[in-house]
Amino acid sequence: MMREMTGAEMVMQALIDQGVEHMFGYPGGAVLPIYDAMFHQNQVKHILVRHEQGAVHMAEGYARSSGKVGVVLVTSGPGATNAVTGLTDALLDSIPLVCITGQVPTHLIGSDAFQECDTVGITRPCTKHNYLVRDINDLARVMHEAFYVAQNGRPGPVVVDIPKDVQFAKGMYVGPENIQHRTYQPRLKGDPEKIKTAVEMLAKAKRPILYTGGGVINSGPEASRVLREFARLSGYPVTSTLMGLGAFPASDKQWLGMLGMHGTYEANMAMHDCDVMVCIGARFDDRITGRLDAFSPDSKKIHIDIDPSSINKNVKVDLPIIGDVKHVLEDILTVWRGMKAEPDRRALAGWWGQIDKWRARKSLAFQPSSSIIKPQQAIKALYDQVKDKDVYITTEVGQHQMWAAQHFHFEEPNRWMTSGGLGTMGYGLPAAIGVQVAHPESLVIDIAGEASIQMCLQEMSTALQFDLPVKIFVLNNEYMGMVRQWQDLLHGGRYSHSYSESLPDFVKLAEAYGGVGIRCANPADLDGAIHEMINVNRPVLFDCLVDKTENVLPMIPSGKPHNEMIMPDHPEALDEAIDEEGKMLV
Amino acid sequence: MPPVIEPAERHTLSMLVDNEPGVLARIVGLFSGRGYNIDSLTVSEVSHASHLSRITVVTTGAPPIIEQIKSQLDRLVPVHRVVDLTVAGKSVERELALIKVRGKGELRQEALLIADSFRARTVDTTLESFVFEITGKPEKIDQFVSLLEPLGLVEVSRTGVAAIGRGAEGM
Repeated sequence: MMREMTGAEMVMQALIDQGVEHMFGYPGGAVLPIYDAMFHQNQVKHILVRHEQGAVHMAEGYARSSGKVGVVLVTSGPGATNAVTGLTDALLDSIPLVCITGQVPTHLIGSDAFQECDTVGITRPCTKHNYLVRDINDLARVMHEAFYVAQNGRPGPVVVDIPKDVQFAKGMYVGPENIQHRTYQPRLKGDPEKIKTAVEMLAKAKRPILYTGGGVINSGPEASRVLREFARLSGYPVTSTLMGLGAFPASDKQWLGMLGMHGTYEANMAMHDCDVMVCIGARFDDRITGRLDAFSPDSKKIHIDIDPSSINKNVKVDLPIIGDVKHVLEDILTVWRGMKAEPDRRALAGWWGQIDKWRARKSLAFQPSSSIIKPQQAIKALYDQVKDKDVYITTEVGQHQMWAAQHFHFEEPNRWMTSGGLGTMGYGLPAAIGVQVAHPESLVIDIAGEASIQMCLQEMSTALQFDLPVKIFVLNNEYMGMVRQWQDLLHGGRYSHSYSESLPDFVKLAEAYGGVGIRCANPADLDGAIHEMINVNRPVLFDCLVDKTENVLPMIPSGKPHNEMIMPDHPEALDEAIDEEGKMLV
Repeated sequence: MPPVIEPAERHTLSMLVDNEPGVLARIVGLFSGRGYNIDSLTVSEVSHASHLSRITVVTTGAPPIIEQIKSQLDRLVPVHRVVDLTVAGKSVERELALIKVRGKGELRQEALLIADSFRARTVDTTLESFVFEITGKPEKIDQFVSLLEPLGLVEVSRTGVAAIGRGAEGM
């Protein structure tokens, strides 16, 4: 399709042609022509946010829960700089986004014009790719390329910076069918020889483990299905990173729970003692590996990743397979069946016997109380009431996030949205709003802390304006709990500025926004209050007052290996857990 | 078990990139942002018709770091190809330098003799100065510069290394 139109019209046409149904944005001087072009159409719905950071997190929640590309539109200068946190978050968690930023007209670039900033310069290290479109004749191509780059290969955010004069200029629009990227052609299929070797290694394994990550989710629901099929066929245990929760069903007997710093004992011990590890769409992040030189010392490691730069970055692996998780797992299945491979059933039975012993340590146990709500109890109560519903969970960042990961259980991919890599407080509410936009009929809950929620709380107003009945479940312990926990660990319990002073009355605040506020402090009232929350068809801010002293356990202290976890039955070990070297780590 | 620290190696990486605004910033930013070294950097357009530039980077790092650098560069969208000339086979490396020397009498004589023995060309002459042009491997230029140091060295301008593989094959 070739047609003359203005740059602003091209932007809208490209969005329509890319199948975009929703975008998140905030107007300003340098994007007014695009907002005007938007006014003349009704195919793409625009969600007006209250802060540009919120727009990006909404697009992230939208993308991660739907598998589509999230779209953001912000103005120049502060509009772009406010988006930077969200873009970095999306880069670290591999979320496909296209963020369109307005720019001052080309003849003013470099003159320190009003609301000018070097957007492509600022966002270069926090995007997968970015473009400054100086010529109207490049605009349509760049828009389509941006969508291609955002979602192919390892997904990520792409910024398209469009000066205002280019938005007004006229040129020929080109449809997406005529665009092919010159260089960027990521490899999807794994090397057949390596896949064969992987199957041989897997079939010979005595103590295997499948260590899965966000790449399984990014590869699409089909990847989760193939993962399940391979797990069933082999009988091998499965663990996952924070980002990969839901790819494998938590109710399955082969599920070991999350691994890593606050993962389960059985998952971490199995990682430490395994003889063959398959890392599937994960990246050996420092939250996962613990002490690197003591990480899984006796295993052969197979690493499946679409991004070659993930290979051997932190941990040296024996067999890297570059490719998309779904394709590689499918090929592994085919070869496994073709070779009539059989797991070593005797060895496997012994391995499961060992794993069951680790499981019996019950590393997620906590002391329930009848006088005060334990945060873990609150998550469990929430889970019990919503587990059979069509539910999506987002989180902020901190203790509540870890408790949610430990005590809320996921059966399906794309149901769990959390800021893993960057650890962005303020992510959860806007992400929940984005999820609700993608899934208007579903129950969407942001599990939050009272500190994190205040970082993007203004988006309550967005939820009200667009009738998005998200539920914000705040575990209020009046601390930045994870900061406080680390001050306990490293700084002698000196709680320097980690106490949440002058908290607002969250119930009144919810009402002030036009939402519903609920407060609960008594364990006996918890179930009823949660029932009330999930049955209101409006945004709810639920202020759940919990134990202020609870720490997240189990824990691999920084600088320690997987087999030196602090367990909930010996929490006092936390005091001595971290040595001088470990203190330097985060 | 203490981590095995492998000794740093010097590698010459050659890459073909789209000649578009910001591509150099992208590559330099990758090196600084991830804490890699740049010992030398040269950039120039090599094909106007296909908008291609060639960037040559000399870097040092332990072998796993060199591998990381290559795969990080390779995944940049405007990067077409990355070749590690140090491992790809034999290659030629050349650098050009312009060197200004100021002096009179014997020192001046001596500078000219040294320039001559290095096959440097004299590209500017005044009664009290020379500018020499020299081409060669970086080590040769290092040596030339150090010999001129006591003879009134004023300033040095070096291009950085340009490199290409030997033999008939292209990158």
